[in-house]
Amino acid sequence: MLIELKDVSYVYSKDTVYEVRALDHVNLGIEEGQFIGIIGHTGSGKSTLIQHMNGLMKPTEGQVLYEGEDIWGEKYNLKNLRTSVGLVFQYPENQLFETDVLTDVMFGPKNKGLTPAEAEKRARAALLSVGVAEKYFTTSPFELSGGQKRRVAIAGVLAMDPKVLILDEPTAGLDPQGRDEILGQIRKLHRERGITIVLVSHSMEDVAEYAERIIVVNDGKIPFDGAPREVFSHYKELETMGLAAPEITYVMHELRERGFPVDVNASTVAEAKESILKDLKGGIRRV
Amino acid sequence: MGIIKAAKLAFDYIKYGDDDREAEKVRALDNVDLDVEKGQFIAILGHNGSGKSTLAKHINALLIPSEGTMWVDGIDTKSEEEIWHVRQKAGMVFQNPDNQIIGTVVEEDVGFGPENIGVPTQEIWRRVEDALTRVGMIAHRSKSPNKLSGGQKQRVAIAGVVAMRPECIILDEPTAMLDPDGRRDVIETVRELNEKEGVTAILITHYMEEVIFADRVIVMDGGRVVMQGTPREIFSRVEELKKLRLDVPQVTELAWELKKAGVPLADGILTREELVEALCSLN
Repeated sequence: MLIELKDVSYVYSKDTVYEVRALDHVNLGIEEGQFIGIIGHTGSGKSTLIQHMNGLMKPTEGQVLYEGEDIWGEKYNLKNLRTSVGLVFQYPENQLFETDVLTDVMFGPKNKGLTPAEAEKRARAALLSVGVAEKYFTTSPFELSGGQKRRVAIAGVLAMDPKVLILDEPTAGLDPQGRDEILGQIRKLHRERGITIVLVSHSMEDVAEYAERIIVVNDGKIPFDGAPREVFSHYKELETMGLAAPEITYVMHELRERGFPVDVNASTVAEAKESILKDLKGGIRRV
Repeated sequence: MGIIKAAKLAFDYIKYGDDDREAEKVRALDNVDLDVEKGQFIAILGHNGSGKSTLAKHINALLIPSEGTMWVDGIDTKSEEEIWHVRQKAGMVFQNPDNQIIGTVVEEDVGFGPENIGVPTQEIWRRVEDALTRVGMIAHRSKSPNKLSGGQKQRVAIAGVVAMRPECIILDEPTAMLDPDGRRDVIETVRELNEKEGVTAILITHYMEEVIFADRVIVMDGGRVVMQGTPREIFSRVEELKKLRLDVPQVTELAWELKKAGVPLADGILTREELVEALCSLN
């Protein structure tokens, strides 16, 4: 097990009238190489949860383990943990600050103590892996488009060579193609380099398409945790939590109600298409 | 003339060099003509950098055209003495709720605009109450805005615009940072203002599902208007939209994929009810 949360609770403003239990006895294990989607409404505890995964927040109760070691143990090196578990915040482009793209991405590795030559090598590889072309390396990051800036910011975390990449809504505010490009590159990092991905998203469609496991956070607890098809079959409960299933899942349910024996758990366009075509070709209509 | 009209509108962003001289000009809007009737619901689509926000900022005179003219309710936005009139008529809601709330209490924030233009105190209270009722936030009137969710904050921002009694409300990606529930509440609030109060609405968004109710969809690319029509007309052109870095609603995409595979379906199916009906009537 790569990351493990054991009975973790986190309480904001403890012992005051504003006391809020943001995480409530959470148990969770993340295996190496998984692609996980986290969904939950604003204020459900998602951000608190992911900040526990790289030790930015310390649990009020319970334990966080990385590769079996308690990260809050006395001799544990948190700095190394934060290199291994990279966290890309919302709107990460707001954290760009250097005069050119390459130097910005080199900042992390240099800070870690790598030689300038090694840092540059890492930065170049990271930028290319998220699709930032060489011709932009000497540009000021502030002259790039929104989607490009965001990729540079992600490269900044990738240059640290993390084993786990946690991204908090990496596509917010991007146009549809920009969204597909970023998610496509994240998928590539997962498939080709085996990086474990934790993707926080408000788009049910995106997590259905990209994640192999979905964790639902609600009221600081985890009511559902499983494959997208399985999680979205609870769409009625998800609605009470301010969430929903992808639009496609609803179409499939309505078709089933009208007598089509389609797969109601289809959650992507491709799955729905296949199921409907199979049904039409088989001539089995309205059973 | 409609409530919003633009003729041959062009705008250049100017970059200055170290010596304060003009170093570079970037044309963000180019030859845009626009005519919006009072009471319409208009959606603007376009990829990042296509000129949507630049156009929106012209409607309430945050930007003044480099060439051409923008009229709001007949007023030329170039005339400096009328600028406050223009801004009262056309209110703007931005993407990030935390960047546009200034009050420490919800009702104080909503009253800020009217107070600023010298509305009498009694009238301010009436407007605040009315505006918060309309966006469904009256129960939260004495709360601190930082105790609200993103969607609630956006509705407070909309109330702030409504309290100015505008003719038209411009929303620049108001749902980009919200969860599904917040997104739905904000869009419903805007649709209600449009349908019940006749407030003209201009919605900029990257969520294709949010525009299927619009009277008209405008698609921008490279600072120009490249497509215009009803949602059905626009979303029938799936391949063209994809070339413009855009998308279609998921239901439209499924219908389009099925059609490509030989299922006889119409172009531009927008809602799941339409798709279910169309598939059921194949028998």
